[in-house]
Amino acid sequence: MSITIQLAYLIASILFIIGIKKMNKTKEARSGNQLSALGMLIAILATVVQIDVLSLSDILICIVIGSAIGLFIAFKVEMTQMPEMVALFNGFGGLASLSVALSDFWLKTQGLQEHVGVIIGTSAALSIFIGGLTFTGSLIAFLKLNGKINGQPIMFKGQHALNLVLLIGAITMAVVALMHQSDPMYILILVGIALLLGILTVIPIGGADMPVVISLLNSYSGMAACTTGFVLNNNVLIVSGALVGASGIILTQIMCKAMNRSLLNVLLGGFGQTGTTSSGDGEEMVVKEVGVEEAAMLFDSASSVIVVPGYGMAVAQAQHVIRELAEQCEKRNIEFRFAIHPVAGRMPGHMNVLLAEANIPYDKLIEMEQINDDFPNTDLVFVVGANDVVNPAARNNPQSPIYGMPILNADKARTVIVSKRSMGKGYAGIQNELFGYDNCLMLFGDAKQTITKVVSEMKEM
Amino acid sequence: MSLESLIILFYVLVLASYLGFELIAKVPPTLHTPLMSGSNAISGITIVGAILASNELGYTTISKWLGMLALILATINVVGGYAVTDRMLKMFRKK
Repeated sequence: MSITIQLAYLIASILFIIGIKKMNKTKEARSGNQLSALGMLIAILATVVQIDVLSLSDILICIVIGSAIGLFIAFKVEMTQMPEMVALFNGFGGLASLSVALSDFWLKTQGLQEHVGVIIGTSAALSIFIGGLTFTGSLIAFLKLNGKINGQPIMFKGQHALNLVLLIGAITMAVVALMHQSDPMYILILVGIALLLGILTVIPIGGADMPVVISLLNSYSGMAACTTGFVLNNNVLIVSGALVGASGIILTQIMCKAMNRSLLNVLLGGFGQTGTTSSGDGEEMVVKEVGVEEAAMLFDSASSVIVVPGYGMAVAQAQHVIRELAEQCEKRNIEFRFAIHPVAGRMPGHMNVLLAEANIPYDKLIEMEQINDDFPNTDLVFVVGANDVVNPAARNNPQSPIYGMPILNADKARTVIVSKRSMGKGYAGIQNELFGYDNCLMLFGDAKQTITKVVSEMKEM
Repeated sequence: MSLESLIILFYVLVLASYLGFELIAKVPPTLHTPLMSGSNAISGITIVGAILASNELGYTTISKWLGMLALILATINVVGGYAVTDRMLKMFRKK
């Protein structure tokens, strides 16, 4: 490989690093992303100039097709569907890495009849394994998130034992494939096992754990690119893959901490399946209802309001009308803030994006640790489409499956209004004891419609 | 591949991972979703490997088809990832 190309890869790596560094600040994040994209362009151009003129047209056609599909998805996707899209893209990344590693391995062992060394062979097997796992795992996450398959955990007897057997099978196949390189059967079985394991490891994970799964799969897609770098002896792939792998791991850690659970606990599945059977279902709660006029009066007489938004808000598209509510409150000099739980939404930081889309200034969005002590001094907390993140059972009820999870202390405010369609359970499938509290009022109905009515009541006051 | 070049690649891996941890731990939660879609775009760097793989003409067709499949998928990742990240970051404005 020529020095120019190596230099181009070095510049690309530096641009990726500066690009991520700029993601630390909201103001600079956009230029950071553009720098990173420039780095990618440099890496691609440097690679394209050294290829055969013969295959140039094929490669350009593929790039044009891929770009068209990518741009189409990127501009069409709704902000509520962002987790599905990231999951799908992670899956594509995984399959791409698998394909490159398999292509290279196939070319050497079948096409050129060479014998591949242990280092390249192991890297290729790892890349194929991680890539395959990422591909089908991401597809399952995608299907769960958009409701094509049930978001509930799917468990069966002997699941973990089966996964272990498959893992041992994969290692065996990788070793055998390296010993008998002339027979492509073993490497193909490895592909099959990886694809199957991706399905089996994500299927037992419930919808409430999706933020963890998405960030973990993001990490895997980076690791797959990284191992492909070892196959091709290519530094830029290793650097970028490692950066992405690290980013996914850190976000996974943050998400696990936000739910007070270990990664192993998440991976073995089953958030919520204990809750539906045991605690909370026995006794019926007595709840108090509130009408739109009364709700509007409560807002009018408050001096401080905290909104706790959840995914339900985004699905009802209520974020825009909440901005109007905020404007009404600000006219009356009412302090109006948003409390954001780390796992609000379907992926890390998802709620912030949904509120930014509704033009809510990001300095109004306060993280859990910063706002939790303010709840006792707050007149009114408005919970919209959030459920589990304000459930006091996480503090009080050791039997509850969410016990120990850090929550927003909404129940400590003077008054709580919960906007909800019905008494249905949250994504974790657990009854929320907050709804039965003395200071809690239920505002039943579609969030968008009821809040619109509250806003128009306030305008008339 | 020689053992020496493998060790150099491991140096690169370890340092890049460490750098990744250091850089990303400081990203505020507000930007976690754009960070994730942006880093996903970076993982599309496999595109470089895909171009190299689909360039190896004249050998087995399977290698070539796999390379071209990888190329399309990685391009979707790269182009879609950067475009959607830009779209999101445009929305984060201070009032």
